[in-house]
Amino acid sequence: MLRCSDLNRYLGQGEGRVHVLKGVSFEARRGQVYAIVGPSGCGKSTLLYLLGLLDQPDGGEIAINGQVMSNNDDAARTAARGAHIGFVFQFHFLMLEFSALENVMMPMRKLAKLTPAEMTARAHELLTSVGLGDKTHRLGTQLSGGEQQRVAVARALANEPSIILADEPTGNLDVKNSTMVFDLLTRLAKDHGQAVVLVTHNPEIANRCDSVRPMRDGLFV
Amino acid sequence: MSPNFHIAFRFLTAKKRAMLMSLSCTVLGVGLFIVTQATTSGFEEFFIKTILGTNGALRIDDKIQDTMRSMNAGGGSDFLVSHREGVKYIQGVEEPKRVIAGLNDFANVSGTSAVLQGNVLVRSSFKNETAQVFGINLDEHLKVSDLRSQIVQGDISTFREAPTGALMGKVLAERLQLDVGNSFILDYQGELRRYRVSAIYETGVTDIDKVRVYVHMNEARSLLKKPIGVTFIQVNLFNKDRAVEDAFQMQEVLKHSAQAWQDREKSWLSAFHALSVSSAITVSVFTLIAGLAMFNTLAMIVLEKTKDIAILRSMGYERRDITRIFLWQAAIVLAIGAIVGALIGVVGTFAVSKIPLPINGIFKTETFQVSWNGWHYVEAVLTAAIMVMAASIIPARRAARLEPGDIVRGTAQ
Ligand SMILES: Nc1ncnc2c1ncn2[C@@H]1O[C@H](COP(=O)(O)OP(=O)(O)OP(=O)(O)O)[C@@H](O)[C@H]1O
Ligand SMILES: [Mg+2]
Repeated sequence: MLRCSDLNRYLGQGEGRVHVLKGVSFEARRGQVYAIVGPSGCGKSTLLYLLGLLDQPDGGEIAINGQVMSNNDDAARTAARGAHIGFVFQFHFLMLEFSALENVMMPMRKLAKLTPAEMTARAHELLTSVGLGDKTHRLGTQLSGGEQQRVAVARALANEPSIILADEPTGNLDVKNSTMVFDLLTRLAKDHGQAVVLVTHNPEIANRCDSVRPMRDGLFV
Repeated sequence: MSPNFHIAFRFLTAKKRAMLMSLSCTVLGVGLFIVTQATTSGFEEFFIKTILGTNGALRIDDKIQDTMRSMNAGGGSDFLVSHREGVKYIQGVEEPKRVIAGLNDFANVSGTSAVLQGNVLVRSSFKNETAQVFGINLDEHLKVSDLRSQIVQGDISTFREAPTGALMGKVLAERLQLDVGNSFILDYQGELRRYRVSAIYETGVTDIDKVRVYVHMNEARSLLKKPIGVTFIQVNLFNKDRAVEDAFQMQEVLKHSAQAWQDREKSWLSAFHALSVSSAITVSVFTLIAGLAMFNTLAMIVLEKTKDIAILRSMGYERRDITRIFLWQAAIVLAIGAIVGALIGVVGTFAVSKIPLPINGIFKTETFQVSWNGWHYVEAVLTAAIMVMAASIIPARRAARLEPGDIVRGTAQ
């Protein structure tokens, strides 16, 4: 499903150039939930951006459904992002001028596989499943950080991606809501065979995942 | 509604105030462009109407000398022979009937009037003035000019019925202190004849109003001692825009020099043209500012929305979607600006047409002349569109070039 091998990534320029990822290999299978844990600054987000095809590695390769994507051109990677990947960012989740519903519909409208009515219905359904069924028309600016985060999770699921990459999706949430979000992600993995990779600092969440990959200084340990 | 348009619209409504500068300059640019073009071409059209109503669409005069025949021109008559651009001309039209018959074969010809012209001295009891006498057949001449509506005193039917009546230009009449009904003497090389002012006309063209005296053709023949031939034939056309082509053909067929109004009034027409171009350029400064303001605002929105761009790109929006989102924003402002600007153009043109502005000399008018022409609106909107859209391309492409990875790490410049 999602496989990467010997990923290397340097960040910064000149003197400040840092070897952030030092040969990371990783594989995610259908229906499984993976947790990446590790101290702040070890390279978790950097890895997730690479897996999400938002960034390009300096070495190694990434394959999705057996197809090597890491060295593909921008158009191919963009198309793959739209069709196969749902991404939840660590920070700044929503487009603030748009309502929760519009944010969730945004990826669907680009993919344009559903009718507008179907899109609205699906967005409603997704928002209800993250506990925001009554706030669908709130603008991004009118939602709390945790609510924004949950809308972002709903949005990542919009196009039924085969891979969900979530950078601390429960970071801002209370126990009840983080359990709800986590349960939603695991249920999707089990029911629809989606692969879920999430970064978390929460040991409880990590323990409930199918597989935990501890990371330190740009390497899995 | 396409998602790109929807996103563009939202970005824009969140930045209404920043867009106001660009919008108001677009409105001003489009509106003023329309008003200035409406007035410059209004005056131009009025000028054309005046010259068509006085000297007609076409004038046939000097005969082209058949180069096979030699200098034995005119056969004893006193027509002069002249050389122009290597072609020999014999002054005037010797056989007006034959030429007019030839002219009537042209489908575009709506009227012809043979005119005999001569320089005379006008003597009134008050003073003498040099002038030009124009011998005409009234009914023919009314078909090739607006003489009837140019009468400001007296009655044209008085002239029709008076064998020694005359139509005198307003300026000339004032200089000679002549009124309708007064008599005066025309002096052609010592030949003196008495006439009476039947009516006074005013074309507004001073060069005409201060010299022309219209009399009946047979009177002119006696006065100028020209029993045959005329000086020129004034021709009116159904389609005035074809005058140049028609003149060329007439010259070929009739072997007489033929001049279209466009050639005759070339210097004035090119002055009007220069005026309309220069006012268009001046007013385009507003659209230029609209473009710069648009550039500025879009560049600002790109900076503010880098995170949104990263989110969109992460969901599968392509580079060209991002470009379009920003171009749409410019297009929306442009569309609003064009519509409001065009409305202001309509209202402005109407208001300007009511401004009193007495002009006399090259034509006569009491108010601003305006022309209602759809092309002015098209040109105005096109100029604004080119400026605003050209200015938007750079920020739009810059937004599209941003790498989502750089943005989320916060290193996008
Ligand atoms: N533009 C940059 N230039 C140089 N170094 C960078 C740059 N961006 C990030 N880094 C470094 O890369 C390393 C990995 O960063 P990353 O964001 O992947 O950490 P993380 O594991 O997600 O941390 P956190 O848990 O705090 O989110 C950090 O040490 C960081 O300082
Ligand atoms: Mg991180």
